Amino acid sequence: MSRPEHLAPPEIFYNEEEAKKYTQNSRIIDIQVQMSERAIELLVLPEDTPCHLLDIGCGSGLSGSVLEEQGHYWCGLDISNSMLDVARDREVEGDLIMSDMGQGCPFRAGIFDGAISISALQWLCNADKTSHNPVQRLHKFFTMLYACLSRSARAVFQFYPENSEQMELVTTQAMKAGFYGGMVIDYPNSAKAKKIFLVLMTGGNMPLPSALGTDENSQGVSYTAAREKAKKMRGKPLKKGRAWIIEKKERRQKQGKESRPNTKYTGRKRSGRF
Amino acid sequence: MKLITHNMLTSKCMKGVTVGYPLKIQAVDVKTTEVDFNPEFISRLIPKVDWNVLCSAAESIGYLEDLPKEVTENYENNVDFLKKAHRVLLEIDIINGELICPETGRKFPINNGIPNMLLNEDEV
Ligand SMILES: C[S@@+](CC[C@H](N)C(=O)[O-])C[C@H]1O[C@@H](n2cnc3c(N)ncnc32)[C@H](O)[C@@H]1O
Repeated sequence: MSRPEHLAPPEIFYNEEEAKKYTQNSRIIDIQVQMSERAIELLVLPEDTPCHLLDIGCGSGLSGSVLEEQGHYWCGLDISNSMLDVARDREVEGDLIMSDMGQGCPFRAGIFDGAISISALQWLCNADKTSHNPVQRLHKFFTMLYACLSRSARAVFQFYPENSEQMELVTTQAMKAGFYGGMVIDYPNSAKAKKIFLVLMTGGNMPLPSALGTDENSQGVSYTAAREKAKKMRGKPLKKGRAWIIEKKERRQKQGKESRPNTKYTGRKRSGRF
Repeated sequence: MKLITHNMLTSKCMKGVTVGYPLKIQAVDVKTTEVDFNPEFISRLIPKVDWNVLCSAAESIGYLEDLPKEVTENYENNVDFLKKAHRVLLEIDIINGELICPETGRKFPINNGIPNMLLNEDEV
């Protein structure tokens, strides 16, 4: 199978058609949701605290929806106009910015409690234009990311490195920018369940979280819980129907947040006469 | 683009720009949407907000409303203050317009609520 990042630059590859296909494919949704949940776990955020997070390569907001589910507020960056359009049409809660991570992170210092990036970092290892130099672009990206994170914040990247050189390339550039950390590889013995996470820390050298399924016998079995959860998500419409709205309200009430009482109007289309 | 984002966003990725903050707003189309109020999130956010920039941004697009000019003492326990902050940070959405770099005058268009911060190759 050829890698998408070899086919075309991301802003071309993720065109309108691909963005739609991507966001409607239930298998893709399952996988992105599972990986996002794991990435958030690896962020080790303070418990029961709504955080201000950055989603790098947020795409159509599949990863961002998981941040919302867990009660966080997010801001998303992506280079693809079409992916961002889908995110906006899905009415995600996060605010969206079109930008190229290889040009840096356009934010003030110290404002995010953490960052996640799901299935995007491998794109940065590629030179899409003659003027692109992956080492320089990674360097600029990690340096500016470091600056916009608060002290003790982490950044977790799930990505698909093409080979061990790429893993080394990104790790080296991240360390040069001042981060501590390294790779956490879940289910390293399973071709299917294996997932690679780059875990970066700002506050000092702490032990890396342990990977899942590292003993010989476990070939991804403990993914079942996540899979069950993803199954529930799969039945859900992407469009925000009444059932979805009511469920979300219940979730928010559980988190102690305000929400309007349910009425017969909940989730109804507005008449447009406003 | 919400004002929380404007409060955090800079043009410092551009070659030759040192601070790139605050970006000037030229709003063509502004919308307000109701967003669930989460007092804990707003209290945690306030120390990170540049309050003066928030006030002048809101004022420049005509949505200052009754936002206090300064952060109130003990704001964590002041629901009224937190609600006003929430309103301005999260509920006001700039749909179309432009952001302008304070150092170079470079314009970044906002279309359908999304600011386009992409730089040309000769700007990085
Ligand atoms: C496989 S999608 C993942 C989207 C989302 N994180 C999710 O989990 O569904 C990868 C995304 O990375 C974005 N991307 C690739 N290169 C990028 C770059 N240089 N800057 C910003 N985004 C980029 C693409 O546009 C695409 O939306």
